[in-house]
Amino acid sequence: MSEVIVITSGKGGVGKTTTTANVGTGLAQLNKKVVLIDTDIGLRNLDVVMGLENRIVYNLVDVVKGNCRMKQALIKDKRYPNLCLLPSAQTRDKTSVTPEQMVKVTDELREEFDYILLDCPAGIEQGFKNAIAGADRALVVTTPEVSAIRDADRIIGLLEANELKKTELIVNRLRMDMVKRGDMMSIADVTDILAIDLIGAVPDDEQIVVSTNQGEPLVGSDCLAGQAYANICRRILGEEVPFLDLETKSGVWSKFKDLFKKN
Amino acid sequence: MGLMDLFKKKNSGDIAKDRLKLLLVSDRANCSPEVMEKIKNDIIQVISKYMEIDPEGLDIQITQTESDTNNGSVPALYANIPIKDLKHSGNSN
Repeated sequence: MSEVIVITSGKGGVGKTTTTANVGTGLAQLNKKVVLIDTDIGLRNLDVVMGLENRIVYNLVDVVKGNCRMKQALIKDKRYPNLCLLPSAQTRDKTSVTPEQMVKVTDELREEFDYILLDCPAGIEQGFKNAIAGADRALVVTTPEVSAIRDADRIIGLLEANELKKTELIVNRLRMDMVKRGDMMSIADVTDILAIDLIGAVPDDEQIVVSTNQGEPLVGSDCLAGQAYANICRRILGEEVPFLDLETKSGVWSKFKDLFKKN
Repeated sequence: MGLMDLFKKKNSGDIAKDRLKLLLVSDRANCSPEVMEKIKNDIIQVISKYMEIDPEGLDIQITQTESDTNNGSVPALYANIPIKDLKHSGNSN
């Protein structure tokens, strides 16, 4: 049975696209058939984060308008045989697709894929309504900042109003050093305030920038963020995975450095 | 926690948490500024029957207050109404 998951946040720049790319790739690594849909019409990004920008021929709007068949628009990721991307259109605007058309698209993809991930645009307008229309489940991405959490709270309210019952939280860009000295809200603070289930916490990791530069998702790699994304994927499949201790960063070298640090 | 910590100013993480909590109470209550303005005008009318108040200095907002039930806090309408003069009719003594 397939599941349609929307990745949303309200606020822009908190890591929706990075999360979509990594969770999608991670699910493909777990041998699931996955398709990623970029629903941000006019501002497409998921293709570059995935490193598939040079292979786009048709896009979501072409499929909706009937300019091509679904199969022609889907880009197969050569690194993972069971991972596909349906890119967004760059030269149209959000009104070129309706929620009803999105439901049709996701229903068609349900026939072939286990997981359909929708990368939602920022905001709560048409693009958001399109993205959530066909979804069974939502992952709300936030960072431990006042503005991002406020927007996440609004989004959670809207998801509830749209009867999307399965809504889970990803706290992104955590800096444990700052949490430790009290200058950043902790995972517990954020989940307390938003009062929904946590499905993962991802540390702020330089490797994310490196991976985006290269167009290669880092899920499953050795770094903390890579492990955190891999765990989120297993939790999506229903596995009970203990939360990472994000402070285990301290190897011999950083312990050595700590000895000489004053604060 | 060391003794010095008691004198240290509040962590910015805690400040963020407190600000957010207040913010979300009014966000979730979905009280538009217009509604708040109407409530304010009605309060002025009612209280003015009994005492002379300063309508300019009146401040109302939705905040949280301690409660024994419901996770320890419930939304509350907070009103600060400066009284200019207690009218004789309202003064039973």
